[in-house]
Amino acid sequence: MKRRDLLAALGAAPAAALLGACATAPMATPAAPVAPVAPVGTGDLGVVIERARGTLAIVNTSSRTLLGEIEGLGDLSHASVVFSRDGATAYVFGRDGALSKVNLPSRRIESRIQQAGNSIGGAISQDGTLVAAQNYTPGGIKVFDARSLALVADIPAVYDANGAPGQLSRVVGLADLPGQRFIFSLFDAGAIWIVDLSNRATPKLTKLDHIGKQPYDALVTPDGRHYIAGLFGEDGLALVDLWDDTPKALRILAGYGRGEQPLPVYKMPHLRGWAVAGRHAYLPAIGRHEVLVVDTATWQEVGRIAVAGQPVFVIARPDGRQVWVNFAVPDYDRVQVIDTVTRRVVHTLEPGKAVLHMEFTPRGEAVWISSRDANRVSVIDTQRFETLATLAIDSPSGVFFTSRAARMGF
Amino acid sequence: MRAAALLVTLCLAQVAMAQGVPVARQTELVRMVRQDCGSCHGMRLTGGLGPALTREALADKPPASMATTIFHGRPGTPMPGWRAMLSETEAQWIAEQLAAGFPEERRSAR
Repeated sequence: MKRRDLLAALGAAPAAALLGACATAPMATPAAPVAPVAPVGTGDLGVVIERARGTLAIVNTSSRTLLGEIEGLGDLSHASVVFSRDGATAYVFGRDGALSKVNLPSRRIESRIQQAGNSIGGAISQDGTLVAAQNYTPGGIKVFDARSLALVADIPAVYDANGAPGQLSRVVGLADLPGQRFIFSLFDAGAIWIVDLSNRATPKLTKLDHIGKQPYDALVTPDGRHYIAGLFGEDGLALVDLWDDTPKALRILAGYGRGEQPLPVYKMPHLRGWAVAGRHAYLPAIGRHEVLVVDTATWQEVGRIAVAGQPVFVIARPDGRQVWVNFAVPDYDRVQVIDTVTRRVVHTLEPGKAVLHMEFTPRGEAVWISSRDANRVSVIDTQRFETLATLAIDSPSGVFFTSRAARMGF
Repeated sequence: MRAAALLVTLCLAQVAMAQGVPVARQTELVRMVRQDCGSCHGMRLTGGLGPALTREALADKPPASMATTIFHGRPGTPMPGWRAMLSETEAQWIAEQLAAGFPEERRSAR
């Protein structure tokens, strides 16, 4: 329809009909009809946390550009993000206990709730209908309807501390499991809990006690079968085989510190399913400048690799051929690359001061690395280690791409 | 006259060395506490895996014992000793700042 015809049609329309049209579609004024907005895919979108400003930067991983920023997300120190299955919604978990639902294509905060006093992250269910937050204060998890953010279940992490009943444990290592289930670890209680929300009204809890001292984070393997919690309070990790009829926690890599005095741990390592490359898991050693290599068929240590500092993130490239490692202060200006065939460090990069996080593009041709004190995110080619682009982003920390939406444990 | 000038210089030097920590180093320490200690205690020091370090939360903690915790760590908890990165004087300075309400980082515009 030509513009003149459109104006004529509008002029001839009865006023009531026009008003009705305006009520349902109040976008275009008759004088300036606009073309419909082309739908935009979300597969190459991502977000970067600007921790100091409480802002989310939206990026495109194909054009390697900053698309826009969303402000007003509160205290984003240690913020983390999960995505809806369509990749359009980012759920942002803030340190201050806020949970924000952000629409990426429209770059708008759709809703925002204050769900706790102090939060450490979250997870989204297999079918994308439930979002769960793991909290330090009050210790426990809360589960929300992914669409409305209405509370579905409040699960306080109650435990008895040496005769003092009714204590609340800080919760870490929350992950989704197949079915409407979530699994998480209780730092203070030394326990792992599984909650089944197939019936929203009556959540079913399975509690595994005495799993080890001070689990600090955990991961679910990409197949959803194994849950591994790293232990801060002792040498070793706790392993749960979720395919068992009655899952129990076993100790693996017990005594990996060989009785040596651990080095000071200036930052807790982070665990996720990305640590699995082929049949091996690459795990940060606590208090040691080493990455431990574990055979996921036998759960025996098959090697350890000396690295430049205390590992924080140990992340396999999606194809498993490389594992990238960053470090705690004061060694956090470097990133090292391990070749998984020779199990040796093959490259060391210095992308900028205070590297906090790394995220691979969906198929791993590039990795995005945030350097907090350089106010920069670097995009690095994972074959040739060249810098493909740098983005000026204020105090960047976590980098999260929408491809996480399709991965269990993310 | 010369004595007065010397006195002024000394006073300025004293201000710049508040409690024995040069101003430039103080700036570094403020950033370190907010950002690196912030990984566990929160950038706003409201707590996380580590306890809150706000003035209110620390009201009953003597700065000297806080300085000892900063310097030597606290066995049985994730709190490491920071002596590889700090002097005892600097740990004491951080403890005193925490007790008084920790300074904000002065951030330059992007």
